[in-house]
Amino acid sequence: MILLLLIIIPLIGGLAAWLSDGKNNTLPRWIALGTLMLDLVLVLLLWKEHAAAVSLLPDTWLVEIQHAWIPQLGISFHLALDGLSLILVSLTIFLGILSVLCSWTEISERVGSFHLNLLFILAGILGVFLSLDLFLFYFFWELMLVPMYFLINLWGHENRVYASYKFFIFTQAGGLLMLLSILGLYFIHGKSTGFYTFDYPLLLGTAMSPSASLWLMLGFFIAFAVKLPMLPFQPWLPDAHTEAPTAGSVILAGLLLKTGAYGLLRFVLPLFPDAVHMVAPIVMGLAVAGIVYGAVLAFSQTDLKRLVAYTSVSHMGFVLLGIFAGTTVALSGAVILIVAHGVTTGALFMLVGMIQERIHTRDLGSMGGFWTTAPRLSSMGLLFVLASLGLPGTANFIGEFLVLLGAFPVNSTMTVIGALGLVLSAVYSLRIAQRVFHGTTRADIRMPDLSVRETGMMAIMIIAVLWIGLFPQTILDTAKPVLNELECCSNHGEPISAKGGGQ
Amino acid sequence: MNRGDLIALSPFIMLSITIIVIMLAISLRRSHLLTVILTLSGLALTLASISGALCTVPRDVTLLIRIDNSALFFLGLIVIGTFAIAALSFSYFEGRSGEREEFYLLLLLATLGAMVLTAATHFASLFLGIELLSVSLYALIAYHRHSLRSTEAGVKYLILAAASSAVLLFGMALIYAETGSMTFTHIASRIGVSGTYGLPLTAGLAMVLAGLGFKLAVVPFHLWTPDVYEGAPAPITAFVATISKGAVFAVLLRIFTSIDIHERPALLLIMSVVAMASMFVGNLLALQQNNIKRILAYSSISHLGYLLVTLLASGPLAIAAAAFYLVAYFITTIGAFGVVSMVSGKDRDADRREDYQGLAWRRPWLAAVFCAMLFSLAGIPLTAGFVGKFYVVGAGAESSLWPLVVVLVINSAIGLFYYLRIIAALFERTEGQAAQTAAPVTRLGNAVLACLTILLIWLGVYPGPMIEIINKMTHF
Repeated sequence: MILLLLIIIPLIGGLAAWLSDGKNNTLPRWIALGTLMLDLVLVLLLWKEHAAAVSLLPDTWLVEIQHAWIPQLGISFHLALDGLSLILVSLTIFLGILSVLCSWTEISERVGSFHLNLLFILAGILGVFLSLDLFLFYFFWELMLVPMYFLINLWGHENRVYASYKFFIFTQAGGLLMLLSILGLYFIHGKSTGFYTFDYPLLLGTAMSPSASLWLMLGFFIAFAVKLPMLPFQPWLPDAHTEAPTAGSVILAGLLLKTGAYGLLRFVLPLFPDAVHMVAPIVMGLAVAGIVYGAVLAFSQTDLKRLVAYTSVSHMGFVLLGIFAGTTVALSGAVILIVAHGVTTGALFMLVGMIQERIHTRDLGSMGGFWTTAPRLSSMGLLFVLASLGLPGTANFIGEFLVLLGAFPVNSTMTVIGALGLVLSAVYSLRIAQRVFHGTTRADIRMPDLSVRETGMMAIMIIAVLWIGLFPQTILDTAKPVLNELECCSNHGEPISAKGGGQ
Repeated sequence: MNRGDLIALSPFIMLSITIIVIMLAISLRRSHLLTVILTLSGLALTLASISGALCTVPRDVTLLIRIDNSALFFLGLIVIGTFAIAALSFSYFEGRSGEREEFYLLLLLATLGAMVLTAATHFASLFLGIELLSVSLYALIAYHRHSLRSTEAGVKYLILAAASSAVLLFGMALIYAETGSMTFTHIASRIGVSGTYGLPLTAGLAMVLAGLGFKLAVVPFHLWTPDVYEGAPAPITAFVATISKGAVFAVLLRIFTSIDIHERPALLLIMSVVAMASMFVGNLLALQQNNIKRILAYSSISHLGYLLVTLLASGPLAIAAAAFYLVAYFITTIGAFGVVSMVSGKDRDADRREDYQGLAWRRPWLAAVFCAMLFSLAGIPLTAGFVGKFYVVGAGAESSLWPLVVVLVINSAIGLFYYLRIIAALFERTEGQAAQTAAPVTRLGNAVLACLTILLIWLGVYPGPMIEIINKMTHF
């Protein structure tokens, strides 16, 4: 029931924020914030209840609900939570709260419908992280696109219409391929067992020919690779991230990309272990190419927001590398990096948003010397820039280090090239620090320092980055049971068993 | 003809009585409101008599007509669809001058034709239904007599529909010459028995398919669609797109369930090519358009292409998928054209892009409905179109029609582009108010749109009960 509430509360809150529009511009913001706080309380309850149990009971879902939905087609409303989903659900709500906060002054038009869209995206993302029925998963997967499309199209920057089309069509096309694979799996399972179902635990270990397995895997994989994004599927990302309003960029980078990584971990690896094993070297190659490509392109950008967007391509390359290396260490690194990238890149996008709100441009050429006029902004900004380059003590370092450590025994060449990405990330990160915060102060630019709200937001982010960087064990413990099972299946090529029922 | 037959035929009888009553009423006193009230109550009575007819099924009433569950299902769909269109027409015509009463008379006549089609089991009833439908439509499409485009559309439809009827008739004659029968079941069994059949029979079948294909507006018989959609009054465009196509599709479904298409590779190939071509041509040409009614016309061509996939799939899912998709398509298309008729002004239909720019800020309610309808056409979750598309792809995958399914998926992605373009226009921030053509928004039209939107979302979120009804009703 608590899982259902998690999804329904933002939906209701969104409608409430929408209805409250018109009279008062701040009311929808408070409603959205209150809604997410309520969700946060639920998540904290979940942590309190299950934090101890999660590593002890690896074979069960922590919480699970299942109701018949469209019984004629074997579709049920099946939500469940394990350690991995718990981490991602927490991240979703955390970044959700921050994205409401960071639009507090940026969005001044149609505030109600803005928050309606924002909360609906979050509900869709929570649904993706929690659903265990493939139809339901696809439902939420598509559902989160529409409000995101509106968020970019209506509240975005100059080139928003083009960016929103591109975003929608890329992800929708990927999603349709996944739909084909879902249906293929449904019929293969149904024909061999006589029992037609979309229920994920029942579909695990479906017997199929290697070629069928490969084709079905590709359908899922491309949908997730578009979201992630993997190298040839990335063209939507820089446009969408750059043109979206700050809250949109934070959610895109922090959460939407993660749904791709989550899909790989939850569905592709366990459902098609053999096929994954077959394509792993190619995918690792593409992941490494993405790391280098993202970093090189990030370096050559003049638009600060676009620069940050390209760093996402680079960081997500590490995540993909970790996932397809398949060892527990590499997978743990990938999970840490998923959270770390969500926080650091989210913070960097918020920083860009704050700068743009003040000087109305994102052009690196018209920035510089902010340290003298806005020391708080600059010092906090520097910290996130350093986190993004993977400075030890920050969250990204743990993630990248574990990915490289875990991937090395699997494929040393790729790992070495991937490690080059770390050098390149230092180059582009320091370029941000130098061009934005240092240099001569331009007289024509008025750059007030952070307000109390902004300082508070950034402080929360700093605590998160340092906490994950210094005590990553909480996340590692929580994700461990899931990752152990994944390692079994990717190394020995045997499907993992269905988990038993939860409470 | 005994009592049971009469009960089985009661929907037809009820609608015919309504038509006569309206005719008499118009000759006594011209009143738009009265005519609409009579029309709507007649349709409601017809719907009620369908539930009465349910207890007599299945029943063959003469050789011509067979009332069974599936016929009644499509009858119900057609009557409800006409009800919505008639109610929307009231809002559409209320602000306009001229004779508006005969419109409803013709609308009901066309509906009667469509109803005959759903129950036809014989070439005679098939032809009767098609002609009743077409002849009424000639007048309806050209109903704005003083508008050049409307008249042009009417003439175009007249010439092409007459030609296609001739082709259909000739095809029937050839088949009759070869098989000596005009009932579907008999012809199907004759075709089934003789492994090879001569050129006249093949030609006859092809001509019948061409004649029906014209009504469905599938490629290559689609050329009339954009002009007619553009010129016809918006409610009639909705009628042509839904009721007329739905009825002909019901006939095709009846024909195709009596023959096993997978034993006829040539037929399968032809129909697959038609389906694929319809999807591609519809979507690619829609991309080139700026006129909203033309975009919806091309999009309906591609939707019929999707629907044909279910006809070619032979698994147990196929018929249910066809019926569900048709229901979703009816709701969505009537809703979309309903918005077009509500946005339309006194003197012309709102079909330019400019009419919709910034609609979300001028008339948010209509824009929200339009948005929902367009998302449903694009197959986005929470709408009936999503479940419909899921069903169709499922039916195709079940019968391993992979090439068709892949083409369908590619086309869904292409289709998104122009649906999104309209949606983007709805939300555009217009500098100053665009030439506002304020239509008299009447409550009836709004109520219909509200019902359609609720249905759309209900079917998208909780389609279980509808699937249950369809499974019960569509056993041939």
